[in-house]
This record gives sequence, structure tokens and C-alpha cells, in this order.
Amino acid sequence: MQTVFKKTPVLTDAILHYCPGCGHGIVHRLVAEVIEELGIQDRTVAYVPVGCAVFGYKYFNVDSVEAAHGRAPAAATGTKRTDPNRVVFTYQGDGDLASIGAAEIVHAAHRGEKITTIFINNAIYGMTGGQMAPTTLVGQKTTTSPYGRDENHCGKPIRIAEMLATIEGSAYIERVAVNTPANIVKAKKAIKNAFECQLAGKGFSLVEVLSNCPTNWGMSPVESMEWLEKNMIPYYPLGVKKDITKEV
Amino acid sequence: MAKKLMKGCEAVAEAAIQAGCHFFFGYPITPQNDIPEYMAARLPKVGGCFLQAESEVAAINMVYGAAASGARVMTSSSSPGVSLKQEGMSYLAGAELPCVVVNMVRGGPGLGSIQPSQGDYFQATRGGGHGDYHPIVLAPSSVQEAVDMMQDAFDLADVYRTPVMILADGIIGQMMEPVEFHESTSKRELPKKDWAATGWSPASGRPRAVVNSLYIEVDELQEMNDRLQARYKIIRETEAKAETYNTDGAEIIVCAYGTVARICKSAIAICEKKGVKVGLVRPITVWPFPEKQLKEVMDQPSVKKAITVEISAGQMVEDVRLTVNGAKPVEFFGKPGSYTPTAEEIAEYIMKSREA
Repeated sequence: MQTVFKKTPVLTDAILHYCPGCGHGIVHRLVAEVIEELGIQDRTVAYVPVGCAVFGYKYFNVDSVEAAHGRAPAAATGTKRTDPNRVVFTYQGDGDLASIGAAEIVHAAHRGEKITTIFINNAIYGMTGGQMAPTTLVGQKTTTSPYGRDENHCGKPIRIAEMLATIEGSAYIERVAVNTPANIVKAKKAIKNAFECQLAGKGFSLVEVLSNCPTNWGMSPVESMEWLEKNMIPYYPLGVKKDITKEV
Repeated sequence: MAKKLMKGCEAVAEAAIQAGCHFFFGYPITPQNDIPEYMAARLPKVGGCFLQAESEVAAINMVYGAAASGARVMTSSSSPGVSLKQEGMSYLAGAELPCVVVNMVRGGPGLGSIQPSQGDYFQATRGGGHGDYHPIVLAPSSVQEAVDMMQDAFDLADVYRTPVMILADGIIGQMMEPVEFHESTSKRELPKKDWAATGWSPASGRPRAVVNSLYIEVDELQEMNDRLQARYKIIRETEAKAETYNTDGAEIIVCAYGTVARICKSAIAICEKKGVKVGLVRPITVWPFPEKQLKEVMDQPSVKKAITVEISAGQMVEDVRLTVNGAKPVEFFGKPGSYTPTAEEIAEYIMKSREA
């Protein structure tokens, strides 16, 4: 019999704890497949966040470290600087990266830290039960913005990819989405580019992944993908925001 | 090796490098800037890495990452900065990671002062961050002693897989004293760091490394805490250290650590001239507190009372009271903030207290 599909060995066999229809599982697989394809499993160290991906160390079949909330880029720096031959990536959500860990991500980019960050933007705090994130859209209802996010009260959502692209040390920054098969293919390519950027020693690389949260958005998985397409992509435009490998 | 005149901060940094620490992550704060400055100059020359972090929070998390990957690593700061490091210290303790943290203590609370203080004793010895943990805390009273304890500080961290803190008042950091560097060799059997996250594949011949302090199941968290407490029990029983000075047949025992203990020795000489025999117990480890050593001295029939002297509102005095446990009076002399008492003031207090 011909094998037409095989699960990547860079994911363990542990059963994912994510809610049905959540995009985290897709992104985990993409990251793991890229690590397999690049042949870097034996020198990769994963840094997982506090948030929905807190159990990431159970799923990524590489040496893994659980970081304090928002601190993954700083901790990953410690692993990278003690042996630059290691491939180090952080996997962080929007509460972790864009809120409590804003300083750590900005300065990892600022130093041109040769690490790769996979940033999941689903416009909400998932693990803690659906609170407002810095990325929550204006008008979006969450448990801490029950009347909808009011821009006069707590500002407009932050565009992390664009912000980090302005920093000199950033080498590769792209925003992708995992709402359609075509976008998932593009997301995988972006993740691969980001890891290749690290392997080439170019500087800091980050892929912002627009993802969904059916549970806390109060939608079915299909509705949530449609909501992402209709509401998130217009505010968070997809595409490469910075790529020094292509610049003259 | 010939003696060199060195500032405490620089001597501590050099001793750390000689103890095999090639990685340093820190943030500027007075009065310990000479440590990161020395590291910035020296570490690139020994194949190591110095990195100035964006904050103390980031610095301690860089230490966390380097330790997670098996490196011998340290950071240093002073009181307000060490407060910021407490989150990281708790994670380091929970993830059972070795590292050394130097605190050149300044006056508080808040921004306080940049002068020496001993007001961080509670924070250092009780854990400082959230959860049931203790770093091992060493308290040097001279630049030479600080130099001599660096090798063992890193070794203790590795053996017990715990953060170790050097708790020194700002005087130790800023004072210049003659120091001698002896060849630094470990006196302990150091365990292999086969738990470190360095890169793994199924062919690596070890289990995949997961460095973590999250134990979501009650039983699993219990197991981790039991492991820590069992380790702390061994540390309490075997690693407590103190210097005793002039204690045989003493009438009063002064208990002090760090620079204050040296001033107390001068106070003891003043009392001696007045015909009063005063002894000193100087904790070298403040966690574990040297209960056995202090108790032995206090149990002498000649000893009437203990007087604890600190640059604080009275912090270590609580450990002295717990140790003496009501058997004899325990008094406190000192002021909070940054006021360093003189030998004359301490002697005066001792003499008055004797008459009282």
C-alpha cells in the first residue's frame, strides 16, 4: 500500500487539549512539519508560553521549556546565546506577546536576536476564559469588554507585525492566516522562511498567525473562520511586512 | 597568587568567571554597576557572553533560559531590581534550575537610597516570589570572603538545582580591599545536567528534556513540592555556616551578618576594654540560618542575652528569636533605611543593655 500521508515525528502522539475547531492544532502541525523538513529537530529548543499553548511542551517533539507569561523571548535569548548553533523558537499568543510580554518581544527584535517567534493572534485571551486582548477588535465583545471594545476607553487593537517590522533588528516578519486551505499553505511557507532566516543568522524572525477562538468568540468553527475572514483580515492585512533577504 | 586591591563588585565578577560562569545577563542599577561593566569587558575574552537586558525582568528570564540549557549563569542587581527578579526566581526554583543572583543591597522601601542596607533579608531568606521555595542565601562580610564563596555558590546551585543568592550590603560591593584569587576548583561532586534543553532527537540516548514548573494535577504539584522540601531539609541539615568569634564564656552574644558583623567586632573590642566579654555569631549562610551554631553558643551558662544588630528595622532578629525560642532575651539594635551604625554606637547599646 502506498503511504500518502504520515504525521510528522516532530509532533508527539499526545492528544491535543485544544477546543474543537481551534487553529492552534493547525499551527502546531505546520511548525513541526517545517522543523522536520529542515532536518533541525536535534538542535531545536521550543519555548512555550502561558496561555492556550501552555502545554505545547507535550506536543512539540523537541527539547522544550515553559516560560513565564510573556517572557519567552527573553528566556529563548538565554538558550540561543549560550549556544548559537541551536535553533530556538517561541510560540506565543496575543495576551502573552502583545500585552504582558510587549517589552520582551520588542527587545528581542531590537537586538536582532536570532530566534523565531510564532505569534498566534486570535483577538482574545483563550485560556483564562475570553478576556479582552490588545488585539481585540473595536466593538468586539469579550468578558472584560462586555459592551464591546471601546476605543476611547482602551484604545484600538495593536498591529504587532507592522510594529516589529519598523525595528532594525527584525529580519523577517510576515502575517498569515489559517482560515482556508490556501492560507494554510501560505502560512507554512512563511514559517519555513522564518526558520530559514534564523538558520542563515540574519536576525529576528516572526510570523503572526491570525487564528480563531470558536469557544470564546461564541461561534461554531465554521462561523469563526468566516468571522476571521470578514473582520480580522481587513484590520490585520496579510503579507510580508519585512524581509531583509529580499532587500537591496 | 599576589594580593590585588579590588572593588567588591569587580572581585565578585572575576571570581564568578574563575568559577566557570561564562554567561551574564543584567541591567544597570547602583550600587552594583561594576559587576555588569566588568562582565561586559571580560566575558567576550573568555569565550562567554555578556548581554545587557532591557529590564531586570528580562535579565532573570535570560538567566532562566541559559540555565534551562545547562549553562553556568548569573545575574546581579540591587534591591529595587531584585524585587523585579522575584517572578523569575520563583520560576527558577519551580523548574529546579541552578543559577547565581547577586544582590548588593541598598536602602528601601521603594526607590530608597543607594547607600548600603540589610532591608532585603526577609525577601531573600523567605523566598521573595510566590510559592514555597527558598534560594540558598550566602552573606559575605568582606570582599575576600565574597570571592572565596563564588565557586561554592555555583556548585551549591548545581548540586541542589536551585538559585543561590549572594546577599551583600552595598558596602561590600563598593569597598576596595586586598583580595587573593586561589585556583578555583569544585569541592563537590557535580551532577550531570542531563535534564537540560540542548536539542534532542530519538537517537539522543536520553529522554526529551522538558524544563517546566507547571504541574496542573494536584498530585504532580505535590510531588514537585515534596522534592523541593526534601532538598531544603538536606540543605538545612548540612549547609548552614556561621563564624563564631570571642564566644567562649561571653556574657552577651551579638548576632550580625555582612559588613555590620565586622563593625560589631570593633564594638566587642570596646566592650572588652570596659571589662565586658561579648561574643559574635556571624551567619555566613542566612538561609539556611545557622540555628545549631547559634543555639550552641546561646546555651552556654555564661550567656545572658543576645543582641542582633542590622541595618534594618529588625529582620534577622526574627530568626535569632526562633532559634533561641524564649530561653533567653533577644534584643535588637539598628535602624531601617541606610544608616550604618558605628562601633561606638553598638558598644554603647551593649553597655546600656547590660545595665538595664
